[in-house]
Amino acid sequence: MNPDAYLVLSGIIFSIGTLGVLLRRNAIVAFMSVELMLNAANLAFVTGARVWGNLDGQTAAFFVMVVAAAEVVIGLAIILTIFRTRNSASVDEASLLRW
Amino acid sequence: MIAAVIALPALSAALLLSLGNRTNKFGPWMAIGASASSFLIGFWQFLQMLARPEEERTVITTVYEWLAVPAAGFKVDFALQLDQLSISFVLLITFVGTLIHIYSLGYMSHDENQRRFFAYLNLFVAAMLLLVLADNYLLLYVGWEGVGLASYLLIGFWQHKPTAAVAAKKAFVANRVGDFGLSLAIMTMFIVFGSVSFSDVNEGVLGAPAWVSLTIGLLLLLAACGKSAQFPLQSWLLDAMEGPTPVSALIHAATMVTAGVYLIVRSASIFNASEVAQTAVIVIGAISLLMGAIIGAAKDDIKKSLAGSTMSQIGYMVLAAGLGPIGYVFAILHLITHGFFKAVMFLGAGSVMHATDDNVDMRRYGGLSKVMIFTTITFFIGYLAIIGIPPFAGFYSKDHIIEAALSHSWWAGAAVLFGAGLTAFYMTRMVVMTFFSKPRWEDDVHPHESPLSMTLPMILLSIGAASMGIILTNNHMFEHWLEPVTGFVEPEPPFSIQTITIITLSVVATGVLAAIWQYRKIAKVAPKKVSFAVTAARKDLYGDVMNEALLMKPGQALTRALNIFDKSVVDGFVNGLGLFTGGISSRLRKSETGYVRSYAMSIVLGTAILVIVLLIVRL
Repeated sequence: MNPDAYLVLSGIIFSIGTLGVLLRRNAIVAFMSVELMLNAANLAFVTGARVWGNLDGQTAAFFVMVVAAAEVVIGLAIILTIFRTRNSASVDEASLLRW
Repeated sequence: MIAAVIALPALSAALLLSLGNRTNKFGPWMAIGASASSFLIGFWQFLQMLARPEEERTVITTVYEWLAVPAAGFKVDFALQLDQLSISFVLLITFVGTLIHIYSLGYMSHDENQRRFFAYLNLFVAAMLLLVLADNYLLLYVGWEGVGLASYLLIGFWQHKPTAAVAAKKAFVANRVGDFGLSLAIMTMFIVFGSVSFSDVNEGVLGAPAWVSLTIGLLLLLAACGKSAQFPLQSWLLDAMEGPTPVSALIHAATMVTAGVYLIVRSASIFNASEVAQTAVIVIGAISLLMGAIIGAAKDDIKKSLAGSTMSQIGYMVLAAGLGPIGYVFAILHLITHGFFKAVMFLGAGSVMHATDDNVDMRRYGGLSKVMIFTTITFFIGYLAIIGIPPFAGFYSKDHIIEAALSHSWWAGAAVLFGAGLTAFYMTRMVVMTFFSKPRWEDDVHPHESPLSMTLPMILLSIGAASMGIILTNNHMFEHWLEPVTGFVEPEPPFSIQTITIITLSVVATGVLAAIWQYRKIAKVAPKKVSFAVTAARKDLYGDVMNEALLMKPGQALTRALNIFDKSVVDGFVNGLGLFTGGISSRLRKSETGYVRSYAMSIVLGTAILVIVLLIVRL
């Protein structure tokens, strides 16, 4: 099987995710963009698993999903708390921790 | 057996120092006992030595193996060499030492630290005996440092007086300069001869090149200058008079300061091999004997005047030791007679101070002969001995030195003859100002004779001062006695011995008459308007000024320069490094903006760069 199309798609999704993280100010959107990047990686993993015919890639994908789920729980909780105190979910406004 | 001579006073000192106040009651008696038994053992050894034939008189006792570094071929035993030279010193040290211990019983009776004083005296006696009994230079060095320590402790015995504390430190520092010479000499010996024992060095020096004996000789001379207060390291001796008077009598007149002479005579083979070193010894001796006499003639402080005299008399001994085999015996002879007559005069000075409420100013004495009959007679015997009136001890020893010096060269002879005249002048001045002339003391001072514990040692020592010369020179006994150790060559002066005696006595008489004429009237306060020469002599011939200008000032300048270097260069580098790091970090800190997106940007860029680099290097 030719993995090119899958990998190109994975790259496109990853780039969209990266641009989302860099350009969007809303924390929820940035968060969704991070999910996009993770899933792009997952797509590359399963493609690899398919090409090589073993389960290593599948396993890695499952790990990423579990970690992402845990991350989402904590991340959303933080975003929610920030929103409650500042009435805004803009990542640029939460810039107190600096020099 | 001979080790007990050293061990007894050392043990006594250790007990007195470690047991502390518990020994206060019997401490002084124990110290006297230790010193006296050392003398008795020494005397017993002396009798045994006399019983042996001449060639078997040198006995070396190895007590134990002291230091050994087999890899370097270095081995030094704790071994004691008993021969004619060292037994002479043992008898002098323990005899005079014991008498001065007894004297201190009366002199220090009111001092609450009496026990400590006796402990230090015993420590001194032990160290001095080790110095003269050692059979190698390294063990001698241990004794050498030991007497330096005891001298430091005893000069600063009344350390609550700042002058005494400073004087002790000065003596220690000046002695360190000399000790430096001795340690370098010992190192040179080890490098060249591979051994530091007297016998090996004596053998080795015979086949050694000239520079070896010259180097070692000059280094030993430096050591002798430090310990014996010879020019240019003389300045500490006058200040050392801050210590209690028995200390001045024992350490700074009779024994310790003569260690330099012992060192030179003991190293006779080295000096015999180098004429330049010998000439240096003679020159140092001549300068010191004249300087000491001139200083002694200008001081109004009786102890400082005696200290000047000590420096001058040791100058005689050093000069005699520099003359080679014609002088060694006479250097030791003068050392022994000087031990007696100078000790008796120091003890007399202490007795006078005891009588006049610790006043040391001779201008406030006068007429003491009427109230202190024993002190006057014993001091006067010491006086006759030092100026060299026959038949008192100094006449024999000094006359022989003058003969030996005259047979060496005219200038050495002139120096000792002129010195004899100066000696007569300053000693007559001292006797006139102290015991004769009109009383000049304050109305509330009531001079009185000292107790028996003080007069008895003075009487015994004055008997020695009167008779030692006749006893020792009778039938050339002392020359024959020491000849196997030091070698002896009969001096051949350019004039007959009678002529020299007449010249010497007339020079002495001139000195005496000049002093009597000069001091027919004595002012209670030293006259201010005096010639330049008197001012210079009162200031120790600018010895301290010279030290300050040549050593102290440059030393201080060096420390100041080093301080500036430390502050600017070393501190500058360290501080600069700190400032640099601080500056960089405060700039780098600005990159922490607090914006999550810029952090994300830097992660992306970083990853991109990593990927590009990996691609370029094809990993």
